[in-house]
Amino acid sequence: MATLAQREARRFHLFVSPWLLGFILFTAGPIIAAIVISFMEWNLLKAPQWVGLANYERMFGDPEFWESIENTVQYGVGYVALGVTFTFVMALLLNQPLRFQGLFRTVMYMPSVVSGLATALLWLNILHPDYGLINKVLATVGITGPGWLASQEWAIPALVLMAVWGAGNTIVIYLAGLQGIPKSLYEAAEIDGAGWWRRFWSVTVPMMSPVIFFNVVTGFIGALQGYVLILAMTEGGPGNATMVLGLYIYRHAFVYFDMGYAAALSWAMFAIIIAVTAIQFALARRWVHYEFK
Amino acid sequence: MLLKRAEPRTLTPAQTERIRRAQRAGAYVLLIASTVVFVLPFLWMITTSLKSDAENLAFPPQWLPDSFHWENYSRGWFGSLDYTRFMLNTVLITALSMLGNLISCVLPAYAFARMRARAATLMFGALLATMMIPREITLVPKFILFSKIGWVDTYLPLIVPEFFGVALYIFLLRQFFTTIPQELIDAARIDGASELRILWRVMLPLSKPALAAICLFSFVGNWNQYLESVIYIRTTEKFTLPMGLGLFTDQFATQYNQMMAVALIAMMPIVIIFFIAQKTFIRGVTLTGIAGR
Repeated sequence: MATLAQREARRFHLFVSPWLLGFILFTAGPIIAAIVISFMEWNLLKAPQWVGLANYERMFGDPEFWESIENTVQYGVGYVALGVTFTFVMALLLNQPLRFQGLFRTVMYMPSVVSGLATALLWLNILHPDYGLINKVLATVGITGPGWLASQEWAIPALVLMAVWGAGNTIVIYLAGLQGIPKSLYEAAEIDGAGWWRRFWSVTVPMMSPVIFFNVVTGFIGALQGYVLILAMTEGGPGNATMVLGLYIYRHAFVYFDMGYAAALSWAMFAIIIAVTAIQFALARRWVHYEFK
Repeated sequence: MLLKRAEPRTLTPAQTERIRRAQRAGAYVLLIASTVVFVLPFLWMITTSLKSDAENLAFPPQWLPDSFHWENYSRGWFGSLDYTRFMLNTVLITALSMLGNLISCVLPAYAFARMRARAATLMFGALLATMMIPREITLVPKFILFSKIGWVDTYLPLIVPEFFGVALYIFLLRQFFTTIPQELIDAARIDGASELRILWRVMLPLSKPALAAICLFSFVGNWNQYLESVIYIRTTEKFTLPMGLGLFTDQFATQYNQMMAVALIAMMPIVIIFFIAQKTFIRGVTLTGIAGR
């Protein structure tokens, strides 16, 4: 007779089996292949050649690689810090029982729906140093706007702004999370005399912490992996100012067809993401509130 | 202590009403201001879709067309390519993929949130790790796998993997399942409910907003899916809408006006789906309903 714990474990395996099967069939194989490729030189045309650790050695001595890491960290931290807080404020506003609520929510989500190409074209027009909308508006109040995407210092902040503007999915996740907070908690807090600010910190934030945590973790991963818009807007320029790691991998894989080096770079990105995520999970024990432990 | 607690109640009803009204006015001002910023890409797509071919190429870019060229819509949609066919293809792929995503994400998410097993932590780590591996690096091995089993130029590589769980959605649902009070589950267990029944009668009804979010993400993701369609689909009749949008660019120029017209038609279903989905994000339909029963 199986013990209770054994039966629960068996049920666990049954329930995760759809994902586990897919993992074995479609993910594990390509991952192993990607590890092997990182030890090879392969241009997709000629047969791959074993080069040992050469790709990794080259990586550590590659100044462009280190530059791309620096840009990636700036972009990722900027996006998470600004994105996670801004979208939270937006979600709180969109959760108020106001008139035209559905319309406001739909509009906020619009940027996430518009095709990437249209987004890129639009922002190139908005951010243009001379003809762009932003600098024209700034000029009317006597401020000379920066060169945005044409400037070494402002290119990454401009890309962060764009990314935050397109973070409708994050708002949706927060909105979904806000529905799950029992009203009784707010009522209890109100009876105890808690004001708006106090209720926010003592009820909303702890109850939302698993959702905030999700957005922080996936926001960072998304920021590191997303490069398509950057590719369309700046191609990594000016100079190498917006050459993020994802773009650098793309360039080696699909422009130079240097698959071995691209694979090695991908594992570097994986190592960064996993290190940051591990730190986040360790810190989460201090601030994320789960009902089931 | 008692006095302090009573303090907020010393406000007269008229004063509270005035504060409420001020807060609501502030929320409207913030929302309307951000609406302008968020609706811009959409407006720009509309004005671009109505430009003449000459205005299309003007530099510096013209924000508004001199006259409205509505014929761009019919020129684009009923031009040399069968966009109605592309849309039907996209509907088919999206519907099947969405179904697959929902079935295959709910079960593992419940297991990861609420069941104990020795391998659980390790598997959850593997699940998160699959989100962290740059997609580009598994692209080539995956393509080799699917071409070996003869799936190229069919929809199978786009649909079948969707039935084996999406790490991001499993993680998201798991976060929501962890916020549901343990007492509800214990009560159902004491009543002799099976795990599937608990999932169906307790977890899912209480997670409607999260399920709506996942439906939405799955719909948008599959509807706009471009990279893998381009890799696997060869025959023009099998093209999807995003692939069709790419065909407005030839070696000479891009017909942005027609492209934006077709892109606007293509995004309409998403806007409608969003408007329906966001209605589930209304407080009080979930946990409070149970408490009142």
